[in-house]
Amino acid sequence: MPSQHDTAAIRALIRKHKRWDLIFGLLGLLSLGVGILTLAALFIDMAISGIPRLSAEFFTSFPSRRAAQAGILSAWVGSVLVMMVTALVAVPLGIAGAIYLEEYARKHWITDLIEINITNLAGVPSIIYGLLALGLFVYTFGLGQSILTAGLTLALLILPIVITTTREALRSIPQYIREGAYACGASRWQVVSQHLVPYSMPGILTGVIIGLSRAIGETAPIITIGALTFIAFLPPAPFTGTPPAGLFDWLMSPFTVMPIQIFNWTSRPDPSFHQNAAAASFVLVFMTLSMNGLAIWLRYRLRKNIKW
Amino acid sequence: MVSTVTLPKNVPELKAQARELDFYYGAYKALKSISMPIYANKVTALIGPSGCGKSTFLRCFNRMHDLYPGHRYDGSIQLLPDEIDILSPEVDPIEVRMRISMVFQKPNPFPKSIYENVAYGLRVRGERRRSFLDDKVEEALRGAALWNEVKDRLDELAVNLSGGQQQRLCIARALATDPEMILFDEPTSALDPIATGSIEELVSEIKRKVTVLIVTHNMQQAARVSDFVAYMYLGDLVEFGETKEIFMKPKRKETEDYITGRFG
Repeated sequence: MPSQHDTAAIRALIRKHKRWDLIFGLLGLLSLGVGILTLAALFIDMAISGIPRLSAEFFTSFPSRRAAQAGILSAWVGSVLVMMVTALVAVPLGIAGAIYLEEYARKHWITDLIEINITNLAGVPSIIYGLLALGLFVYTFGLGQSILTAGLTLALLILPIVITTTREALRSIPQYIREGAYACGASRWQVVSQHLVPYSMPGILTGVIIGLSRAIGETAPIITIGALTFIAFLPPAPFTGTPPAGLFDWLMSPFTVMPIQIFNWTSRPDPSFHQNAAAASFVLVFMTLSMNGLAIWLRYRLRKNIKW
Repeated sequence: MVSTVTLPKNVPELKAQARELDFYYGAYKALKSISMPIYANKVTALIGPSGCGKSTFLRCFNRMHDLYPGHRYDGSIQLLPDEIDILSPEVDPIEVRMRISMVFQKPNPFPKSIYENVAYGLRVRGERRRSFLDDKVEEALRGAALWNEVKDRLDELAVNLSGGQQQRLCIARALATDPEMILFDEPTSALDPIATGSIEELVSEIKRKVTVLIVTHNMQQAARVSDFVAYMYLGDLVEFGETKEIFMKPKRKETEDYITGRFG
């Protein structure tokens, strides 16, 4: 240790310490670079081969045996419809489950067990969900290889994400806000519906969108339930058939989704199909990124009005 | 411990009466056989060192403990003149909270507008008539000496007010439902001296309409705002009496040591 009054020695010591700051800074930058650069290279490669293929017809054409005429109409419509089902199922179930666990359930070993289960479910490989859905939805319930089956499967897949983020959001509301509301004579449901849900909306929305943007790219479970890879027709437009049963025709329709279309095209030997795959991938990545962008924007907008 | 309870010579009207109240957090006995009167339209201050159970006692009055598992009440708190036992399992805590409101240690306005904060207690009761709500909000804000500062920005977020204003807003929220009693849990401990002064004035003002029970760890505050004082220590009520009696000639040595600063 240098003496208290030896200026030169103290400065030398500081210089030595700071050398490590520099070394670690460089190492960190390098590790970050590996990830970012790989992603950027993939994305740019995909964009270069895909973008020239993008045109209005690409979005409005069905797949075809001739690569130049093939499009992603049935795929993107299928993706949108499946996402609708997924959101309609996962959002209410996930929010209600999270609210129950956080605000209603008494804390004991059963709730602990459920909690551990939910955390684990988030890490289960998606193909397992596909197998479950094949057995349960397709065979047991006889829902077929339909939009409904796919939507339900992906809803199961993202349910843990929605539940976990909703619980995080609920937990971040300070206890004194709850006490303030209860002290006004509010019932539990009034506290939940008039305070907790509105205040945790930014977090909930973020979780929902992140879940959906994961679901939109899922391929394995959809293939497992037996989605077709070549579909040259659209499902009936939702809610247009003859009521009452006709309204839900679209749910039972066969379908394909973006990742499956991409998978189909990449497995063809003809390289011009690979260009189609790159273009479709670009669209899919764009969809995912815009959903994430929307999540960030919504969170920013809503959080401005919620602070304690 | 046997507490020394000195009743005043001219006994004012009773608002509530605690009788042999024990309170448990799990196996821990936090309050030991507390018996004391709360007089109507008076300010009763609960004083004592940290952990003496004064906040725990206060939070029995609106059954705040019911929000958490592992609590148990023994004994009773009678609310007069209706002779309702606040702590009885047959009495819904929501009913108690509709009659007895509370102001917390840290100002806790909801992340809603100033107007909605004050109107919340009435909304909970299903009140929808806009003109009635408008009147009540104005009355409560005037009662909390906040109306002139906020009347032009009732739609703004309450959390943008200063700390002192937020606490007066919380007082307005508590007043808006015309409660029988208001509980204050160290309402000035998060505030600066000027804001503290205005809250103390308010407390003295409010007692004309409402019975006040206030927890404070500030001796001067208890002396300034209260009519009666209860000194608590380790879950016991040591001494209860008129404020001037307690501060001038306490009957118990422990009380004297605490208020003179020799202890605590």
